[in-house]
Amino acid sequence: MQERLMTLQEEAVEKIEHASSLKELQDIRVEYLGKKGPITEVLRGMGKLPAEERPKMGQLANEVREVITTKVDSKQEKLEREELDRQLSNETIDVTLPGRPIRQGNAHPLTAVIEEIEDLFIGMGFSIAEGPEVETDYYNFEALNLPKNHPARDMQDSFFITEDLLLRTQTSPVQARTMEKHEGKGPVKIISPGKVYRRDTDDATHSHQFMQIEGLLVDKNIRMSDLKGTLTLFAQKLFGEEREIRLRPSFFPFTEPSVEVDVSCFKCNGSGCSICKRTGWIEILGAGMVHPNVLEMAGFNSKEYKGFAFGMGPERIAMLKFGIDDIRHFYANDLRFLEQFKRA
Amino acid sequence: MLVSYNWLKEYVDLDGIQPDELADRITKSGIEVEGIESLSQGISGVVVGHVEKCEQHPNADKLNVCQVKIGEGEPVQIICGAPNVGTGQKVPVATVGAVLPGNFKIKKAKLRGEISNGMICSLEELGVDVKMVPKEFADGIYVMQEDAEVGKNALSYLNLDDHILELGLTPNRADCLNMIGVAYETAAVFERKLTLPKPSLNESDESASDYISVKVDDFGDNPYYGAKVIRNIKVGPSPEWMQSRLISAGIRPINNVVDITNYVLLEYGQPLHAFDYDQFGSKEVLIRRAEAGEKVMTLDEEMRKLEPHHLVITNGTKPVAVAGVMGGADSEVSDETTTILLEAAYFKPSIVRQASKDLGLRSESSTRFEKGIDRNRVYESANRAAELMAEIAGGEVLEGIVEAGPRFVDPEKVIVRGERANKVLGTNIETKEIHEILERLGFSYEHENDEFTVEVPARRTDITLEEDLIEEIGRIYGYDKIPATLPEGATTTGGLTPSQMKRRKVRRYLESVGLYQALTYSLTTKKKANAYHGLATEEEPAFISVSMPMSEERAVLRRTILPQLLEVIQYNQNRQLNDVAVYEIGSTYLTDEGNLAKHPNEHQKLAAIFSGLWHFHPWQQEKKPVDFYVVKGVLDGLFKKLGVSGRIEYQQVKREGFHPGRTAIVLLDGKQIGVIGQLHPADQKEWDIKETYLFELDLDIVFDTDVEPVVYSALPRYPSISRDIALILDQDVSAGEVQSGIKAAGGELLKEVSIFDLYEGEHMDEGKKSVAYSLTYYNPEKTLTDEDVEKVHSKVLSYVKEKFNATMRG
Ligand SMILES: [Zn+2]
Repeated sequence: MQERLMTLQEEAVEKIEHASSLKELQDIRVEYLGKKGPITEVLRGMGKLPAEERPKMGQLANEVREVITTKVDSKQEKLEREELDRQLSNETIDVTLPGRPIRQGNAHPLTAVIEEIEDLFIGMGFSIAEGPEVETDYYNFEALNLPKNHPARDMQDSFFITEDLLLRTQTSPVQARTMEKHEGKGPVKIISPGKVYRRDTDDATHSHQFMQIEGLLVDKNIRMSDLKGTLTLFAQKLFGEEREIRLRPSFFPFTEPSVEVDVSCFKCNGSGCSICKRTGWIEILGAGMVHPNVLEMAGFNSKEYKGFAFGMGPERIAMLKFGIDDIRHFYANDLRFLEQFKRA
Repeated sequence: MLVSYNWLKEYVDLDGIQPDELADRITKSGIEVEGIESLSQGISGVVVGHVEKCEQHPNADKLNVCQVKIGEGEPVQIICGAPNVGTGQKVPVATVGAVLPGNFKIKKAKLRGEISNGMICSLEELGVDVKMVPKEFADGIYVMQEDAEVGKNALSYLNLDDHILELGLTPNRADCLNMIGVAYETAAVFERKLTLPKPSLNESDESASDYISVKVDDFGDNPYYGAKVIRNIKVGPSPEWMQSRLISAGIRPINNVVDITNYVLLEYGQPLHAFDYDQFGSKEVLIRRAEAGEKVMTLDEEMRKLEPHHLVITNGTKPVAVAGVMGGADSEVSDETTTILLEAAYFKPSIVRQASKDLGLRSESSTRFEKGIDRNRVYESANRAAELMAEIAGGEVLEGIVEAGPRFVDPEKVIVRGERANKVLGTNIETKEIHEILERLGFSYEHENDEFTVEVPARRTDITLEEDLIEEIGRIYGYDKIPATLPEGATTTGGLTPSQMKRRKVRRYLESVGLYQALTYSLTTKKKANAYHGLATEEEPAFISVSMPMSEERAVLRRTILPQLLEVIQYNQNRQLNDVAVYEIGSTYLTDEGNLAKHPNEHQKLAAIFSGLWHFHPWQQEKKPVDFYVVKGVLDGLFKKLGVSGRIEYQQVKREGFHPGRTAIVLLDGKQIGVIGQLHPADQKEWDIKETYLFELDLDIVFDTDVEPVVYSALPRYPSISRDIALILDQDVSAGEVQSGIKAAGGELLKEVSIFDLYEGEHMDEGKKSVAYSLTYYNPEKTLTDEDVEKVHSKVLSYVKEKFNATMRG
């Protein structure tokens, strides 16, 4: 009987090893371990054995059963795994095919530039001030120290709507309006971005509508050196840590002294290239100390308060930053142009 | 202003300062040099020649064979085609081996059998702008003055060995619109010695006052008028040195008298006018306002109609010149003129500006008057011109100047405090340095304690305040020496306003769902301003137009952004870029209740436009064209972002320019905030674009509305129960209306109602549709039982049956 059991075990193990499908394995399982299987049969025939041999034989039979079960189970696991592998290998896809597109737009490059500048100054404690695009002669000119018949009015030919209303030629009227709202009390610390309009024929470098971004800081002890420091910081954040700035005397009716601000060329680091016209410097801003007349007209005591103001053109900055050669691109809204500024 | 380096050298010691350095330094101290032009343009080998013999070419009618002496040796033979060449002339000769502008090399040549050893030059061939060439030499060679030395470099005689600096002057620096002013500036910048002309006159015994009297009606208009009389003038060409200086400054030489007034204009900045005394018509100059309708024929032969706000020079009866703008044709200097009445005056800038604007006449003179001339240099300028008329036109200067108004005025005094200057600039400039700077600038001043009381020279009309002097001190001190500091004072937080934050949020959202931001023009055509705005005519009858539009395309302010965005679609689809989804945030403009004189209302709008495919993934056969619901989905998401979605309603409407069945107005709390819809197919055809959908919202209203703060609501603790119903509805009953009805009828337990199916067409009765809703019931207090739900649900069912005439399907 013992022999019979060992033969059964050998036979079964061999069959299990040779089984090549789950079906075959299932048959083996039924054949050896089923109720009508040989092991059950052996156990049934145990009654014929002497009583003292029965436990030993019973144990042996169970051991054989255990061995076969373990073998079948592990074989089953192996076959299942193989079957899954086969199945998965049929599911192989071409990973080089394009993904399902996710729609993604982006900001206009001018907005990107303006927001970058806004955020830079917000970090320095400035607020963003906005105002109307249709302005009165007073806010656009007079409050900025440009009385009627002032020759400097020729600098910017304007679109008048009525004798008194015009499309603003600069965002500076926002400065005048904001200062008025402060009723003579500083500090005033604003950045004013927005659209402005001038009578220019649209071409590669001119646009009758364009953007401007201006800054104003009015407080009790503001010095021109503060303007220089603030704009240096600005230039370094916008164009790189190595940037320097240079102030050149200039003229704007609403500032005195007035300066043009050049930034050392970020392309050539000052050695001269086509972007800086071989001078090493790029003109980027107009700035100055707020003219006492402007302060007084807006209700500030110019003996007590001083201020600085600066202004720049986002178009120019975007053209420099991104190497854009024609200002009209900004307003044509060609998708092939717009979509290039995802990272901006 | 064009400045000749050689001319400037006469007034300022420029020893060791090359044109480049000059340009660089004066640019840094405030007068921008926009360019430097070398007049020689690489010319070499051009010498003074003497035409000893000039005969007609044996084989060519139009050519001459000249024997020209060009130095020590024998004369050389040169063939010349100019009609004005002749024996005895001194001429510029480009010798063999010479180089002319454009790298044109002169070689030995044979012309119709005759050898030519060089070329006799015209000014144009020497690089002079043809417009500047004096008339008598316009069609031929240039004939030089007789005393030119043979064999010497011709360029120095012609002042072509010069450099011209082009100054880009800001309006405040009118003092540099003349050589003397530039000389003052240069001397200050380089700390160099200044030598200015001092006119000296040999006046005759006869007095000018016997010839003329001067009367000024209103010294407010004309604070000073001076007249000199010069007799025995011989009108003719002016000398070479004067011609070449005028040419280098961009003024064409005419004759000696006119050239002298122009020369003094350039030198002193003083506009002068020379009348032909004998044609003046009287012995009296009267300066007055013009009478309405009065006329004068100006030098350019135009009859000018005058107004009472124009100032005129008259001969007592009729105008002979428009003050500071242009002289009259009747008293113009001609070849026959022998006696000159020379005017040197100071006119009020604004009156000249107005007249030059009205008459459309802008001249070198009027610009200078407008920007402010040196009030205290008028008298000297008259003497300078008289001196030159004696010197080069043989004139006899009559004694004295006949004048009205004070010859000189006291200079304005402006105080600058050293401490204040340092406080404004953020510097530590020492008192000693301020002294030096003021001296360099040529300002007289007194100094007491910390105060410098400066007598501002009349040429510096831009200096009236302490700040103006601080600027002078700062720029001469050098802005590069100003340190970089950061503002001291109370810290401010700064940041964005709620509305600015919301705008950024809207932008980020739209971009994240796939829209590009566009930026278009505010000015548009009347036609475009009149479309898609959805306003009734009585609401908005008037266009806001610019008074002198540059074109019809940019004539009026937009009332809606939509036409501009349609242009964007058109532009892109014309370039085969068919799938377009863009938005713009910007202003639109409406009059204040039709009143054009009032400040218009600017509305911040958000507009978006969609055309072509919304989603396209070809190899997996996914293709979704834009439709109404795509656009509505974008809007729904936007309202969620802004926290107002529960308060939004869409109402079907018909609107001009939109598809009659696919358009809705959008309401927030019942108030209209915008429109969404499909572009009318007829418009679509007219624009020549593909099927297009759009929306526009008034952001001001949306941003101004109060929004509930975000408050967390507890996650459900009990299961919810769903019930689906399919309702057969009349076609004209809107699904949304029924959805709201169900929601209302379901009360508190009904958490959510969504639409999950729509069926129209086959198997449906005419005029009917089937809409399937999914209702979710939930009680936050306990687990709902079927009985709880059934109670409410049956109420809902009977409500919709009754209210919407709905029947249950299936
Ligand atoms: Zn560079």
